[in-house]
Amino acid sequence: MSITATQITKTFGTYTALAGVDLHVPSGKLVALLGPSGSGKTTLLRVIAGLETADSGSGRIQFHAEDVTDVPTGKRGVGFVFQHYALFRHMTVFDNIAFGLNVLKRKERPSKDQIADRVHKLLKLVQLDNLGKRYPTQLSGGQRQRVALARALAVDPKVLLLDEPFGALDAKVRKELRRWLRQFHDEINLTTVFVTHDQEEALEIADEVVVMNQAKIEQVGTPQEVYDHPATPFVYQFLGNVNKLQLPWRGFSNADGSHGPFTDSSAKVAYVRPHELEVLRYRVGVDGEVASIRTIHAAGSVARLTCVRGSSEFVDVEISRQRLDELALAIDDPVLLRVRRSRTFAEDYAI
Amino acid sequence: MATTVTHLKAQLGAAAPASRATQDAPWVRWSLIGVALVFLGFFLVLPLAAVFTEALRKGIALYFQSFTDADTLAAVRLTFLTAAIAVPANVVFGVAAAWCITKFNFKGKSLLITLIDLPFAVSPVISGLIYVLVFGLQGWLGPYLDAGTHPWLGDWLNQQDIKVIFAVPGIVLATIFVTFPFVARELIPLMQAQGTDEEYAAITLGASGWQTFRRVTLPNIKWGLFYGVILCNARAMGEFGAVSVVSGHIRGETNTMPLQVEILYNEYNFVAAFAVSSLLAMLAMVTLVLKSLIEWRYAQSRATHD
Repeated sequence: MSITATQITKTFGTYTALAGVDLHVPSGKLVALLGPSGSGKTTLLRVIAGLETADSGSGRIQFHAEDVTDVPTGKRGVGFVFQHYALFRHMTVFDNIAFGLNVLKRKERPSKDQIADRVHKLLKLVQLDNLGKRYPTQLSGGQRQRVALARALAVDPKVLLLDEPFGALDAKVRKELRRWLRQFHDEINLTTVFVTHDQEEALEIADEVVVMNQAKIEQVGTPQEVYDHPATPFVYQFLGNVNKLQLPWRGFSNADGSHGPFTDSSAKVAYVRPHELEVLRYRVGVDGEVASIRTIHAAGSVARLTCVRGSSEFVDVEISRQRLDELALAIDDPVLLRVRRSRTFAEDYAI
Repeated sequence: MATTVTHLKAQLGAAAPASRATQDAPWVRWSLIGVALVFLGFFLVLPLAAVFTEALRKGIALYFQSFTDADTLAAVRLTFLTAAIAVPANVVFGVAAAWCITKFNFKGKSLLITLIDLPFAVSPVISGLIYVLVFGLQGWLGPYLDAGTHPWLGDWLNQQDIKVIFAVPGIVLATIFVTFPFVARELIPLMQAQGTDEEYAAITLGASGWQTFRRVTLPNIKWGLFYGVILCNARAMGEFGAVSVVSGHIRGETNTMPLQVEILYNEYNFVAAFAVSSLLAMLAMVTLVLKSLIEWRYAQSRATHD
C-alpha cells in the first residue's frame, strides 16, 4: 500500500512544522525520513498516522489512492511504533500485543484461542517466544522495541510507521536491531516509514531516504543518490562530514588527469568530503594546495587527518591506514592536498 | 506523587550508612530530635490522647450511651450521606478535570487549573457564604426555589419546594465545593508524568476514547486515584466551616458530626462531645493507615512495573 501526502502544512501557533510538504512512499518500500531535530519529520509521520491533523485547507493524505485525510487514526490501518515504546506498563507482553484485537467490536473480534494463536505467532516473528508473561519493565530496551513492533503488527496494518525506533537504545543494540529491521521488512514486505536523525542509520537500511530541513523536504532518493549527489548544501553537510573549501584552491583534478585551480572562478565555496581529498608529501613543482598536518587519528579502520591551510582553515581528510604508513607523516609536516571530487552550489556563488 | 518520592528517599536514607555530612556533635542531634518529639507530643499526641480520655472519663458505658442519642445518630447518618454523595461526585469531576488538563491542549487551561485550586485558597466559611448568597432566600436563585411564588415554573417543581440552604442539598453542595481539588490535584501531576504516549498507542490500535480510558489510563492512575479518594473522604466527613454556614444547625436534621460536637460541647455535655470527636479521630487514623498502605502498595507497583 503506497502513501501519498500532498501539500501538507502544519503550524503550531506561530511555529511552522511543515510547509507544503509533498511525499510519496512507494508500496512495500522502507523509507527513512531523515533530518535534524525540529525539521518536521516526526510531525509528518504523525500527520500520516492521523495523530496530528494538518492545517485546515492544506493537503490530503492518501493510502493507495484512497483518501484517508478525514479518517480517524484507529480506522486508518496504521501500525505506529513510538520512540519510547509506549508499552502499556500494567499489562504483560502478551496483553500488550493482544490489545489491538481485544478492543475490536464483538462481531469483528477473533475468539480467545485465535487471539492467543496470533500473539504467539507475532512473538515468534519478533523472536521473543517465551517472554509473553513478562511485564515491559522486565525487558531490555531492544526487547521492548520489538514488543512495540509486534503490538503494532497485531492489527494487520496497511502501513507501518516508526518514530525514531532506535533512538533510545545504546549503540550496539541499535546496530543489531536496525539490521534486524531490514531483514524483517524484507520478510513481511509492509510499506514502512521510519523517522531518524541518524544519517548512518537511514543510509544503511532504507530503500529511499527523504532528507528534511526546516519544515521542507530537501531531497528524496536512494541512499547512494543522496550521499553522492546531494541536491543542496544542507544535504551535503547533513549526510556525513564535508569540508567547505574557501576558493580559490589549487589541486583540483581535471578531466585529462592533470591538476590545476578550480575552473569556475565565480564560485566561492567548494564542498568536498574528507575521503575525496588526496594527501601528498610536499614537493616543489607538484600541483596542490599547501597545508600542514595538525592532528592524526589512526585508531580506526581509516586514518583521519586534520590539516590546516593558511592560518585558520581546517580541512578534514580521510586516507587508508596503508597510505598513512607510506607517507610517514608527522604533526606539522607540510603536505599538498588534491581534490578528487567536489561540488559547488548556486547559492554560494558570488553575486 | 511527591509524598511517595520523599517516603522512598527516607527509606533509602535509613538503609544507607550514615554519611560524613551528618556527623554533627551528639548534643546537636539529640536536641534537634528532642525538639521535634516535644513538638509532636504537644501538638499531636496529647490532643489525641485528650480526646479519648475525655470521652472515656465517666466510663465505657456512658461513652457508648452517647451514640444512642437520636440527634447524634442523625448527625452520623448525615455525615456518611454527605460523604457518600460528595466523594463519588468529586471522583467523577476530578478524573474528568485531570484527564482533560493532562491529555489535551486548549485555551484557558491554566485558568481551569487555577479554578480547581480555588477551594484550597478560599476560606471554608467564605465558601459557605457563597452558597447562602446564591441559594439563600434573599440570594440570586433563592426566590426561584421558593414554592408558590412562581407559578410559571410548573406545578411539579413548585410542589417539590426545593430547599438548598439550611437543608441537606446545601450541606452536600458546600462539601463538594470544599473537597473538589483533592482528587484532581492528586491526579494531575501523576498523569502529567505519565504523558500521553500510551493513550496515543491505544488510539492507533483502534481503541475508542472510553476503551482507552478504561483499559490504559485508569489502571495507570488507580493508586493515585485511591489516595485522592481517601483524602477527599476524610475532608468531606470532617468539614466544619463551610457546612456550618449553610447548615442552620437544625438538630437531628442538618447537623453533621463536627457540628454536633460543637453543639454538645457548648451544652457542657463533654463526654458526648468527646465521644463523637473520638469517632472523627478514629476516622482520621483509619485514613492515615489506608494512606500508608496505599503509598506502600504504590511504591511496590512502581518498583515492579516501572
